[in-house]
Amino acid sequence: MEFWRIPLDADEIQITRGIVHIIEDRCKGCGYCIEFCPKEILEFSTKFNQKGYHPPMVVKPDDCVNCHYCEIICPEFAIYSVEDTMNMEKAQG
Amino acid sequence: MTQTKKSSGHPLDGLLRLDRIPHIWCPGCGIGTAFSSCLIAMKTSGIDLQKTVMVSGIGCSGRGAGYVNLDSYHTTHGRAIPFATGMKLANPELNVVVFSGDGDLFAIGGNHFIHAARRNVDMTIICINNFNYGMTGGQVAPTTPYQAKTTTTPAGNPERPFNLPLLAYASGATYVSRWTILHTRDLMESIEEALKKRGFSFIEVLAPCPVNYGRRNREKALDSLKIYQERTIIKNDAHPTELDIDFDRGVILGKFIDLDQPTCTEMYDKTCRPKDLLYD
Ligand code: SF4
Ligand code: SF4
Ligand code: SF4
Repeated sequence: MEFWRIPLDADEIQITRGIVHIIEDRCKGCGYCIEFCPKEILEFSTKFNQKGYHPPMVVKPDDCVNCHYCEIICPEFAIYSVEDTMNMEKAQG
Repeated sequence: MTQTKKSSGHPLDGLLRLDRIPHIWCPGCGIGTAFSSCLIAMKTSGIDLQKTVMVSGIGCSGRGAGYVNLDSYHTTHGRAIPFATGMKLANPELNVVVFSGDGDLFAIGGNHFIHAARRNVDMTIICINNFNYGMTGGQVAPTTPYQAKTTTTPAGNPERPFNLPLLAYASGATYVSRWTILHTRDLMESIEEALKKRGFSFIEVLAPCPVNYGRRNREKALDSLKIYQERTIIKNDAHPTELDIDFDRGVILGKFIDLDQPTCTEMYDKTCRPKDLLYD
């Protein structure tokens, strides 16, 4: 993560990391998750799902902060994030 | 490894009737987001879901009750609140949630709303306000903003819309808030608070109906969300008279009312079931 000014407690704060899961065939392509993910990690994919929509795909997997915003705003229960416990250490400091 | 995985285990799957998913709501319809926020709030609030029921009326939002994997009831048009009142009186232990639309709750069901609020029936009303009758093709509703276009007001709506939080407050609601589906976290927290609150709680959720309202007012789903981002002001404790819906001036969001008052059941028991009568 880039900071404009390094926070004083930067070495103590753990940045949570997330893994995004997409249930492609539930997606109706509204684009909400893509537009409003604070880390801009999603984009429309070029492939079609069963219903003919373009589901999102993850373009910057390492940047997900597991904020669950995509999960709540998705009207279709098609995307969610889980904490990436394996990568906690890497994200420290 | 941080990677996208295909998986079918959404955290809300347990609360959904999966055989009915995908739901009928159009792409970009805000009802799905409001519904999802409601289910998350139900999960995180810690209320006993075995004793929680969802009641809906008719309309696109009225389909909500059909998708939740709890005891749920899809009632006749406008009658979600009287049905829910009956359930609460018969079994005061229940957490009663009404999930329905502006047309159902405030046009055909308007009288039921004001009287349930007046009685302070202990229930949570989540009203999806998408400014028109979506299901029947986008006709003007009592919530359609002044001069907005609908199928029945092609030149613009000549009437002014209800200010729903003011109506709820004036009728006696003890918890009143308004959020949009873009304000997911505030919305979810507000629903959670309302679920735990004793008394008549009302949450208005502004949500896009891109297929009917949006199309006639040149608003794609994402445009509506940008309007919610740019032309809303969060102002907790604002007076309900300030809460008219006028996006040109800015629409106020927040929690406006949070009072403690005796509920319908408490007042009834005190008056009609005094202890000395019961044990005589
Ligand atoms: S959890 Fe947050 S950061 Fe991760 S993809 Fe979703 S919205 Fe973006
Ligand atoms: S918010 Fe949901 S339905 Fe909309 S594009 Fe993202 S995954 Fe698809
Ligand atoms: S008609 Fe409007 S309110 Fe109904 S499902 Fe479609 S977008 Fe949603």
